[in-house]
Amino acid sequence: MEDNKAIVCKDLTKQFGDFYAVNKISFEVLKGEIFGFLGANGAGKTTAMRILCGLSFPSSGTATVAGFDVYKQQEKIKKSIGYMSQKFSLYENLTVLENIEFYGGVYGVSRKEIKTRSEELVQTLGLESEAKKLVGALPLGWKQKLAFSVAIFHKPQIVFLDEPTGGVDPVTRRQFWDMIYEAAATGITIFVTTHYMDEAEYCNRISVMVDGKVEALDSPANLKKEFNADSMDEVFYQLARGAKRSGD
Amino acid sequence: MKQLLVFIRKEFFHVFRDRRTLLIMFGLPVVQIVLFGFALTNEVKNIEIIISDNARDINAQQITDKIKASAYFKVQESVLDYNDIEKAFKKGNIKCALIFPAHFGDDLCHEGKAQVQIITDGSDPNIAKTVVNYLTAIIGDYRQQISPSPTLAYRIIPETRMLYNEEGNGSLNFIPGVMALVLMIVCTTLTSVAVVKEKELGTMEILLVSPFKAVFVLIAKAVPYLLLSMINVVLILLLAVYLLDVEIKGSVLLLFFESVLFIITCLSLGLLISNVTDSQQTAMLISMMGMMLPTLIFTGFLFPLENMPKVFQIISNVIPARWYFIITKAVMLKGLGFTYVWKETLVLTGMTVALLGIALKNFKIRLQ
Repeated sequence: MEDNKAIVCKDLTKQFGDFYAVNKISFEVLKGEIFGFLGANGAGKTTAMRILCGLSFPSSGTATVAGFDVYKQQEKIKKSIGYMSQKFSLYENLTVLENIEFYGGVYGVSRKEIKTRSEELVQTLGLESEAKKLVGALPLGWKQKLAFSVAIFHKPQIVFLDEPTGGVDPVTRRQFWDMIYEAAATGITIFVTTHYMDEAEYCNRISVMVDGKVEALDSPANLKKEFNADSMDEVFYQLARGAKRSGD
Repeated sequence: MKQLLVFIRKEFFHVFRDRRTLLIMFGLPVVQIVLFGFALTNEVKNIEIIISDNARDINAQQITDKIKASAYFKVQESVLDYNDIEKAFKKGNIKCALIFPAHFGDDLCHEGKAQVQIITDGSDPNIAKTVVNYLTAIIGDYRQQISPSPTLAYRIIPETRMLYNEEGNGSLNFIPGVMALVLMIVCTTLTSVAVVKEKELGTMEILLVSPFKAVFVLIAKAVPYLLLSMINVVLILLLAVYLLDVEIKGSVLLLFFESVLFIITCLSLGLLISNVTDSQQTAMLISMMGMMLPTLIFTGFLFPLENMPKVFQIISNVIPARWYFIITKAVMLKGLGFTYVWKETLVLTGMTVALLGIALKNFKIRLQ
């Protein structure tokens, strides 16, 4: 495997009976890159992401994540990645600190490190006064930012974000993306799915999935040029219009 | 291992911060014990009886006094004709009437034979039978008193004893039943809900993506409930001994270990339920309705299994609580040791292993 690649997929396929949820997709994600993984509902994004996260096996094709094989080294993959889902994923009846401690502990971060780094984290997020409060009491925007910080707390090589900004106001979304940039600057590869096309513009490169296949893959600027469009919205619309599948 | 401890600690936070869980956990056994101990008793006490004494002689009076002295009856004395008695029954004022005919004493002394009439409210056959038994016993007792020397050549006097429960204390039988019921509800429901909650919240997904072993998720979920249920067993036993005066005849340690086994059975069942459901409500419904009802009906603590049709008797064999009920009864009330309950223990162990195996396997399959 080449050193500067975080994810390499070749002809990756997931088949359920006659149905090709993911149909021979191939792409590469570079280290430290912010990679947008776009597609309408039902296009096969989630299935592809589950394979890359080590949650399910592909039917055929090859893929490596952080240099580990998705068939044989799922456990190693899991240790090298972080994951944040569209659903809010912290425990509401635990405090901010307890949530950090828990997830840090699950990923095997040592207790001493958890202690020092969680204090740092709380400071960076400006949550000093809320650190001992239950997470349930925080506003949604804060929760999402905290969830992201928790997802990269164990310093993974790659972090998978599955529609991380759903239901969040534009200002917080902007702040959220600032955090993503900061994380990318430290060398973490970001693999993000989203339905917001303005967010797609923030990515270094994006791929658009239609009916289980990757139909386009390039930087937002190049894609706009290629499709002769003013915005990513238009690019996405042109591609998704041809889709036969819809809905989850 | 360290990760598992971190996880278990988190589970304890969940339990202790959720008042509802705590209430079900510890409120339920107390309520059940008190309810079954004091309110829902199937002993018959304080039966309203009317004694219509048309004889007004010494013999009738002596029998009446004996009845008055017993704790089972509340006696009203008045001479009534048949219609009035029936009216009293209809109003529900009385459960029983005892009628001495005129010349009761005369007949008894001169002919050596006299009749009394006992009328009971047959709309509740259980009570009616019990009342007849009580009265027959009291009258029989009186007959013995007045003529101790048998006039007949052969008489058989049956001396009955209720083994293991000489006083007929109703609390005895239901304590094992309540233990089975409470553990079933607490362990099965709370565990299944706890696991499904993670699914609903979306945290399960995060946990599965983490390097934390999926099987450990189940173990970590079950451990707090195992410990708390053990405390619960102790609580129930303390209530039984100190509040209801039930004596534990057998080894407390054996009883405790058998209870732990049953707790694990229930936990496995809860984990299994959580695998096949995705919402807390469904999990709650399945474990409450699907488990509580069979436990109530098929353990034999409310309704005798022997009276059920063969089919139901066979069905009752697959209810784990039934076996636990047999074990607790044997150990607690009869004071029997392990040699007497090893078969039941084996059945329960087998069930536990099977349930746990299916739950774990199922959990893994669902991930693919």
